[in-house]
Amino acid sequence: MNFKKKHFERRHLIELFIKTIMRIALIIVASSLGLILWTILSRGLPSLTWDMVTQIPKGGYYMGKEGGILNAIIGSIYLASGGTLIAIILSLPIALYLQAYAQDSKWGDYVRLSLDVLWGIPSIVYGAFGFALMISLGLRASLLAGIIALALVELPIMTRAMDEVIRRMPKDLEHAALALGSTKFEVALRVVTRQMLPGIITGILLAFGRGIGDAASVLFTAGYTDRIPTSLMNPTASLPLAVFFQLGSPYPEVRERGYAAALILTIIVLLVSFGSRWLASRLNKYTVK
Amino acid sequence: MDAHIQVKNLNAYYGKQLALKNINIEIPKNQITVIMGPSGCGKTTLLKTFNRFFELTENTQLTGEVLVDGENIYNKDVDVTEVRKVVGLLAQRPSPLPMSIYDNVAYGMRIHHLRKNREEYKTGVKHYLEIAGLWDEVCKRLSEPATSLSIGQQQRLCLARGLAVEPEIILGDEPTSALDPISSQNIESRLLELKKQYTTVIVTHTLRQAKRLADYVIFMYLGELIEAGPAKEVFSNPKHERTKQYLEGLF
Amino acid sequence: MNQVNVIKTIQENRTKKNIFAQKIFFGITIFPVILTLIVAIALFFRAFPILSEYQLSDLLFGEVWRPNQGLFGFRPFILGTIWVTTVGVILAVPACLLVSIYLAEYAHARTRSIAKPILDLLAAIPPVVYGVWGLLSIVPFVDDVLAPLAEGRLDSVPLLSVTQPTGFGILAGGIVLAVMIAPLIISVTFEVLSTVPNDLRHASLGVGATQWQTIRNVVIPQTLPGIIAAIVLGASRALGETIAVLMVVGNVPNIPTSIFDTAYPLPALIANNYGEMMSIPLYDAALLGAALVLLVVILIFNILSTLVLQRMLRRK
Repeated sequence: MNFKKKHFERRHLIELFIKTIMRIALIIVASSLGLILWTILSRGLPSLTWDMVTQIPKGGYYMGKEGGILNAIIGSIYLASGGTLIAIILSLPIALYLQAYAQDSKWGDYVRLSLDVLWGIPSIVYGAFGFALMISLGLRASLLAGIIALALVELPIMTRAMDEVIRRMPKDLEHAALALGSTKFEVALRVVTRQMLPGIITGILLAFGRGIGDAASVLFTAGYTDRIPTSLMNPTASLPLAVFFQLGSPYPEVRERGYAAALILTIIVLLVSFGSRWLASRLNKYTVK
Repeated sequence: MDAHIQVKNLNAYYGKQLALKNINIEIPKNQITVIMGPSGCGKTTLLKTFNRFFELTENTQLTGEVLVDGENIYNKDVDVTEVRKVVGLLAQRPSPLPMSIYDNVAYGMRIHHLRKNREEYKTGVKHYLEIAGLWDEVCKRLSEPATSLSIGQQQRLCLARGLAVEPEIILGDEPTSALDPISSQNIESRLLELKKQYTTVIVTHTLRQAKRLADYVIFMYLGELIEAGPAKEVFSNPKHERTKQYLEGLF
Repeated sequence: MNQVNVIKTIQENRTKKNIFAQKIFFGITIFPVILTLIVAIALFFRAFPILSEYQLSDLLFGEVWRPNQGLFGFRPFILGTIWVTTVGVILAVPACLLVSIYLAEYAHARTRSIAKPILDLLAAIPPVVYGVWGLLSIVPFVDDVLAPLAEGRLDSVPLLSVTQPTGFGILAGGIVLAVMIAPLIISVTFEVLSTVPNDLRHASLGVGATQWQTIRNVVIPQTLPGIIAAIVLGASRALGETIAVLMVVGNVPNIPTSIFDTAYPLPALIANNYGEMMSIPLYDAALLGAALVLLVVILIFNILSTLVLQRMLRRK
């Protein structure tokens, strides 16, 4: 008998070939992230100035004169925060309900299916829906309308993330609390919420990150203005649209600033993403695994 | 004694944890060797080192040698698939592949190109289903999915599938623990029939099964080999205190 | 009041609270279930004027788009959407399947723990940033590298002949889309592959199969519906992608014949014209009708793939 490997046997060659192209595919996918970040950084950094993040557009800004896009940065933070807040108000009870009452029920399945379907609806459709509502009600583009559209975009992302994390939570803890005589509601509120905290935070930050970068939903609903909004009924600028509009400019200086705006947006999104990872891992230390 | 498998200075680790401590043993050819011991003693781990399944668990490490027919299967240039062809495994729970009954048995033969044409595959499948004592029950439904069989039938199908690649050694990892008594008995009698042609190594948690099957016995405790020898000797006159206690049912 | 009664009252209060919370929470769960319907109805309602004035087939298959003359043919936009999505999916699928199989079957835990954050970040990058990347890297790449490569060599090959010289077009849109949908396809496929019990893999490895033989004969047949669902999910994501595609695809309402052609997908049409649509009669109805068409197609894709995935992933 001989176990010695015959390297040139067909199946070993196939194995080697498959493994090689898989690794190449992984490298391609991973390096595309690198390429994107490098492109944005190398093109955005040269025109990134302090003025850009501290000033609102001055007269002639869109022809290459002075000013910045503080209006868009603030507007985006308002929009994403508002959208996230509304999404939390809806998501948290839904996630808790799915966990506490509808773990394996038919209704729970419907709700989860609906969330998955909502998650797949493109943001341009939410934007169009928001717009349809606005013209029906005779409203103009405003911070409020943008917040509502973003809340719809964020709701399924947030709820699914929360539900996912809670479902992975160990069940013993919950049963222990039930055995101690708590009602399901109390279990949900105390034990589950505490246990869920990493999941909730992850869900919220994930949704916030998505919300701040979404352009198609706010395009119709939030409008665009050079001023920082002072009321919910004001229209507002947003960072993704600032990028989008500046890139459409015939002036090279303005396009350059568009790249810088893209860099700012990327940095914010990456910070949120890393932040959620860091927070989740920190919080995980204090919960039973 | 004609040793088929020789284990030399074998240490196995899960992460940092030592699961097998310096095992040295020889397993006789064409006999049934039973590895026994309380749960967590490392008997399944030892078995898994014989067909290099141990390394399928992530973060494991192994030192020492396992020789099959005098050749160390952990040598660098060894082809794992050849090892596993020679050393077949009957798992704890029957795991029919998601294909027809026929294809389950033909699977390994096809992988190793053991037959030339369709006719030869047909006779091959029939042959091994007969050896596994399943032919009469399934000859009319070969194209049905293997999962439509009862658990006991599934385990015999897995036996046929394993034998079809013409191994020399059969490993059994508590192969009857998921089965009802009648199916268990069926499997046991197959193994007894087959021992003339195959070297068989069985891990079991029941003493009675060990007594029914064993020609040779290995007793393990906490990752260490405590005692090994011909079944008659070990059962009637254990040399080690631990073995005695185990045989008396003290733990 | 004696102690027993006090405890009883507390108990009752707690039970009441439980039931009350359950009712409120239940009420909120109705919202996501009916939201899809509300969105569809609202869009239908706003699109109704144009749907009642024109035949649906004229809208969907009409070739001319001149809103100020009352001509609303969606055909170029629908075809543009199909072209860009198809190219994106064709480019994404092979790499995505290889990566997810590699991560699920071959890679060490350490490789997986490096790959996951990379995929998460790819998924987190906003569409508009993808658009900027497409504009700065992919469009020049198509223009300077791919088009010259194809020019002269592939002119006689249908679908691949170089037709216009700017780099903007279906291929650039497809490449950007492929990268955008990759994290989704990879993570869903990975999850589907991990539903295969190790016992099955071991059964195949145990008779001396190589890993790839095991994957091809056992793992893939077992998970095929889920893998297809993952791809469909990716395709539906590509169908609705707006800003990134809009920035690189050229936005000319023609009927494409080659991947080097420009195209004008539906989402881009909706996004580009929101400003002027109130000034022309029926224009807003036409655009919201376009959104409705998009929604219906995506819903079909989505519901089918989600049902398959829910069944597969629960088996775990």
